[in-house]
Amino acid sequence: MSGINYSEKIPNNVNLSGDRALQRALEHWQPNYLQWWQEMGPEGAQNFDVYLRTAVSVQPDGWANFDHVKMPDYRWGIFLAPQDGNRKAHFGEHIGRDVWQEAPGEHRANLRRIIVTQGDTEPASVEQQRHLGLTAPSQYDLRNLFQVNVEEGRHLWAMVYLLHRYFGRDGREEADALLQRNSGDQDSPRILGAFNEKTPDWLAFYMFTYFTDRDGKFQLCALAESSFDPLARTTKFMLTEEAHHMFVGESGVSRVLQRTCEVMNQLKTDDPAALRAAGVIDLPTVQRYLNFHYSVTIDLFGADQSSNAAIFYSSGLKGRYEESKRTDDHQLKNDTYRVLEVANGQLREIEVPMLNALNEVLRDDFIRDSMAGIGRWNKVMEKNGIAFRLRVPHKAFNRKIGTLAGIRVSPEGEVLSDEQWKNHENSWLPTAEDRAFVASLMGRVVEPGKFANWIAPPVIGVNRQPINFEYVRFN
Amino acid sequence: MTAPIPTHVIKQHLIDPEICIRCNTCEETCPIDAITHDSNNYVVNPEICNSCMACVPPCPTGAIDNWLKVLSDQAYGMDAQFGWNELPAEQALDETPAVAPAAVITVSIDSGDDPANDLQGMPSTSAGASIPPWSAAHPYVNLYTHKNPVMATVVGNYRVTDEDTESDIHHIVLDFGDAPFPVLEGQSIAVFPPGADSAGRAYHARQYSIASPRDGERPRYNNLSLTVKRVTAGYDGKPILGVCSNYLCDLKKNDTVQVIGPFGNTFLMPNQEDSNLIMICTGTGSAPMRAMTERCRRLVKDKGFSGKLMLFFGARTQRELPYFGPLMNLPKDFIDINLALSRSTDQPKRYVQDLIRERAGEVAALLESDKTCIYVCGLKGMEAGVIDALQDVVSGAGRHWLDVHSQLKSQGRLHFETY
Repeated sequence: MSGINYSEKIPNNVNLSGDRALQRALEHWQPNYLQWWQEMGPEGAQNFDVYLRTAVSVQPDGWANFDHVKMPDYRWGIFLAPQDGNRKAHFGEHIGRDVWQEAPGEHRANLRRIIVTQGDTEPASVEQQRHLGLTAPSQYDLRNLFQVNVEEGRHLWAMVYLLHRYFGRDGREEADALLQRNSGDQDSPRILGAFNEKTPDWLAFYMFTYFTDRDGKFQLCALAESSFDPLARTTKFMLTEEAHHMFVGESGVSRVLQRTCEVMNQLKTDDPAALRAAGVIDLPTVQRYLNFHYSVTIDLFGADQSSNAAIFYSSGLKGRYEESKRTDDHQLKNDTYRVLEVANGQLREIEVPMLNALNEVLRDDFIRDSMAGIGRWNKVMEKNGIAFRLRVPHKAFNRKIGTLAGIRVSPEGEVLSDEQWKNHENSWLPTAEDRAFVASLMGRVVEPGKFANWIAPPVIGVNRQPINFEYVRFN
Repeated sequence: MTAPIPTHVIKQHLIDPEICIRCNTCEETCPIDAITHDSNNYVVNPEICNSCMACVPPCPTGAIDNWLKVLSDQAYGMDAQFGWNELPAEQALDETPAVAPAAVITVSIDSGDDPANDLQGMPSTSAGASIPPWSAAHPYVNLYTHKNPVMATVVGNYRVTDEDTESDIHHIVLDFGDAPFPVLEGQSIAVFPPGADSAGRAYHARQYSIASPRDGERPRYNNLSLTVKRVTAGYDGKPILGVCSNYLCDLKKNDTVQVIGPFGNTFLMPNQEDSNLIMICTGTGSAPMRAMTERCRRLVKDKGFSGKLMLFFGARTQRELPYFGPLMNLPKDFIDINLALSRSTDQPKRYVQDLIRERAGEVAALLESDKTCIYVCGLKGMEAGVIDALQDVVSGAGRHWLDVHSQLKSQGRLHFETY
């Protein structure tokens, strides 16, 4: 079953028409979703024809079908990676047994919680980014923003399908609630803190897609290992889409750096004031944005010691990143892991049972992956002959979750007093002035092939189209 | 003994490390494990990659879509690629062969901005189309990958060349039992030989064209056949036992084989009753031609096919022609067979391109019709000769080769599958 049935109201490759009750329930949810998209989706862009990629099958050759479509007409649907009939649980207590095709009673509550938490992030980021279209630095970027948005919408569909199909009435109620919470809403905010933050400008958007969508990648990778097979198959296909979001972030920041380096070399200066006057974002400001988004994102992995994480793993609900490539016993009962704590005003590592530290294991995997990309950003400076290098701050910097929450730590990892923190905070995290300056650069550029002054053009266009291709038709 | 293949220009599939974001999508997608990575780069193993293009659409960055001209014996290995920070500059290869002119395609058409153009070593070479004919049936591809291979059972294995010839070619029939394995003529599958190489790594899968029609080697059975030549010498002539070919040729009835696929979505036959096929092949390149011919033969029985078939088949001697007997039994008004023998004792040496020129009138007449499709399968070295011959035939008929050629490509009517 790889072909996607587009003749139905809800495109799908899960034989939806074979389950009338489920089909009706989802068709009942669909208008609410479309209403949410109209109200909370990209502002003022519902009538644009956007050069979007749509999957026509989950096989590689049908995966990327490009055409100009209006976003509300985008065929949101339910696509699962092909089923492997021989798949076995490969970690936790059920190792070696057949994976589950239904949610086992004893794990229903936990599975539902995992799916709702993941599902809640998807529409949240659309809400966070809904104003960005008004200040896009180019048509190319505008198109990428919209592609990210419609795919986040599809990821919501993916989670809602699981809730409807496997969790009965509770699942349907949870699916409704996913449309009722809103990012940053005082009364009913989104579940996770990072998804209630604003994404006010495009530098924040690139940082968000680089760091926060990467958190998504790691969570999805862990869920793609799940013994609950429908969840594994759903998240596997979502990962293919998630890769594009990280690309938007990584290449976006790269292009900001490239443009700044060009102007630094033209003006022969690294003075932030002079560079700001020339209309580009100085490198220390980029570093402060990085510090903020990185620290907010690593909080998303949860507490460094968590009995929930242990339960999720042992019961086979959520694995580790690249579980099948690891060579341990996949039970971890006798393993330990080193986590940070503060004792006597100093950070130190302590050994704790690995099962309880699985959030930290995933966080460390994420950190390694993030650092690799930052290394590539630094190559931009290297190539331009600029000495400045971006760095990830210490893991304990600006944390709000877990053992390290609220402890004052510098980006280099020194534990600080409140006073020391206050004295330096403005050089480590974006200030109101920084944000106001970046916001001041955000003028909309809509002519094909033209780019805002603060960002370099991309190396290649989308789907081998030229850079000056009409990626968005404004009608 | 196969003659050594002269050096020629190929387009090597590479990943641009400057654009790649190391998202792992390509490695995850590749059906035959040709892509791997270290802490620095994702790389394509030139010894495994068959340019099936499965990795290209899902890549979010476009980094995967790079094809660099190199000489065939100077392809960049994996170690070199691991160390790259950027793609090396393309050398100015003027397509002049280092060894023999016959080994190079020199195509003077504008290749546009399609990087899959003028590719040797691609499913569609510079000369070939990258789309199937419009009426082709829709193929299923990559139903089974290295992550979920399917087991097939050997239900037949016999030699199809004379026992006293060096060329040991086997006809192997695999049955898939209850496992869905829908195929079309022109597609291929890949087989995992058991065991591991000297470095302890499991052998990668080897690809073989399917030699039977879509409804089975035995009609209405879930089976298919392969044409496999036992490899006993390398291109340099030194003795070497082909891992997979020897494994397959030695299989016994009821043995099981690990299979992945199907592969291929362009080298497909048209589905019109009055379409014509020109088939040009050497050796085991006859596999897809056998599949297409048999498909048409079965259709004719039901009055479902009325087109013309023309076959140009090259081998060293008649006794080394796989399927020679059954082929010769086909009615002459059904298929026009032209055998090119390069080492026949009683005839001058002749290659397929010589016969194409000899039959220029008939070939040109067929090419007048936009219902004619051309399929070429065999050793890479034959491509250039075939293209030259077709060019002569078309020019001789007073038409412009560039126009005809670009139409053949844009309509998906000229296909190459060479190795």
